[in-house]
Amino acid sequence: MNINATFLGQMIAMAFFLWFCSKYVWPLFAAILEERKKKIADGLEAAARAEKDLELAQVKSSEQLKEAKAEAATIIDQANKRAAQIVDEAKEQAREEGARIIAGANAEIEQEVNRAKEALRAQVSAIAIAGAEKILEGSVDQAANEEMLNKLASEL
Amino acid sequence: MAAESAAELTVQDYITHHLSFLTFGRIDGHWGFAHTPEEAAEMGFWAINVDTMGWSIFLGAGFLWFFRRVAVNASIDNPSGVQNFVEAVVEFVDARVSEAFNYKNELIGPLCLLLFFWILLMNTMDLVPVDLLTTFGAEPLLHTVFHLENAPFKVVPTTDPNITMGMSVTVFLMIIYYSIKNKGLGGFLGELAFHPFGKWMMPFNLIIEVPTLFAKPISLGLRLFGNLYAGELLFLLIASMLGLWQLPAHFVWAAFHLLVIPLQAFVFMMLTIVYLNAAHEVPHH
Repeated sequence: MNINATFLGQMIAMAFFLWFCSKYVWPLFAAILEERKKKIADGLEAAARAEKDLELAQVKSSEQLKEAKAEAATIIDQANKRAAQIVDEAKEQAREEGARIIAGANAEIEQEVNRAKEALRAQVSAIAIAGAEKILEGSVDQAANEEMLNKLASEL
Repeated sequence: MAAESAAELTVQDYITHHLSFLTFGRIDGHWGFAHTPEEAAEMGFWAINVDTMGWSIFLGAGFLWFFRRVAVNASIDNPSGVQNFVEAVVEFVDARVSEAFNYKNELIGPLCLLLFFWILLMNTMDLVPVDLLTTFGAEPLLHTVFHLENAPFKVVPTTDPNITMGMSVTVFLMIIYYSIKNKGLGGFLGELAFHPFGKWMMPFNLIIEVPTLFAKPISLGLRLFGNLYAGELLFLLIASMLGLWQLPAHFVWAAFHLLVIPLQAFVFMMLTIVYLNAAHEVPHH
């Protein structure tokens, strides 16, 4: 249990180890711990920011939803109006078409009536002539009667 | 001693043998290992305890190399178990330093890490069974290589006062250096001379303060040495006197000693921080 040069040896060893530890060991751990601290702080900050963003996005989305609802309502409104308009127009067209058809039919009827009148007129003159022939029975100037009957027919 | 055979080995011989160091020095005009404690004492100051010095350097270099390797291969996001352990040690030391040390000094952190873990490892060598590395390891080896009969071989560096005092005196030199650096030579000497009773009581002040100053390294070194020496001694007593009953007794004492080992490393580190903090304190008048 003597004090000997081991004492000096331990002092030298400790000085060397202290130099090594302060230069090549401690700073590495200080850097690692610092970097991890920074990383955690950054992560927490990012999380807070993301939460804020989410809140903003929710507000924005609800706003957009409201807008979209309003837009949809106006579109439905307009569509209803347009539908009513189309129905009205269709009714109008149908009415016009009906009127035209009726007018065409009337014209055709009139034509038909005229044609019938014409035919009747022709038949009436023939009947009249036949009747007159029966009445007069013979002495009848064919030419003079023809002229008279034509005149009569045109008057009908 | 060489004449005695192993069968006649007494308890006292066994303990003396295990408390001796493997000392290398100058004996009878030539360099060599001491064969007896008396020879080791004759060598005087210029001799070295190869066993404790070797274990001290091996443990210190080994742990620093290991810590550096962990730090170089460290991952920020995905630390391995070893990295977690080493980081926990470093953070523990760093927390103690920032708690008790109020000034800025880049050397205190590494110093405390070195002291704490180095002393912890040196103390832990006390848990290695006392005869494992000596009787079955070093002694046969020393016998074959150096023809030493029954050579002692201590594996617990902190049971060597040279080792503990070497560390505490290094801390003491740092205390003196930082005191003079921060307070000036006048401030440092003034603290010894004019404290605590003012300048008219200077002799009394010196009588109180100078021993207080020198008590720091002595108490620091001897506290560590004393605790570990006592622990080692009890292991030796158990090993030499209890026969087969030593197995449970060793276990029980090791369990108690397990508390002393980190506690003494912690105390050494904490006192170093406190002393160096005081060395940075500039009194404001």
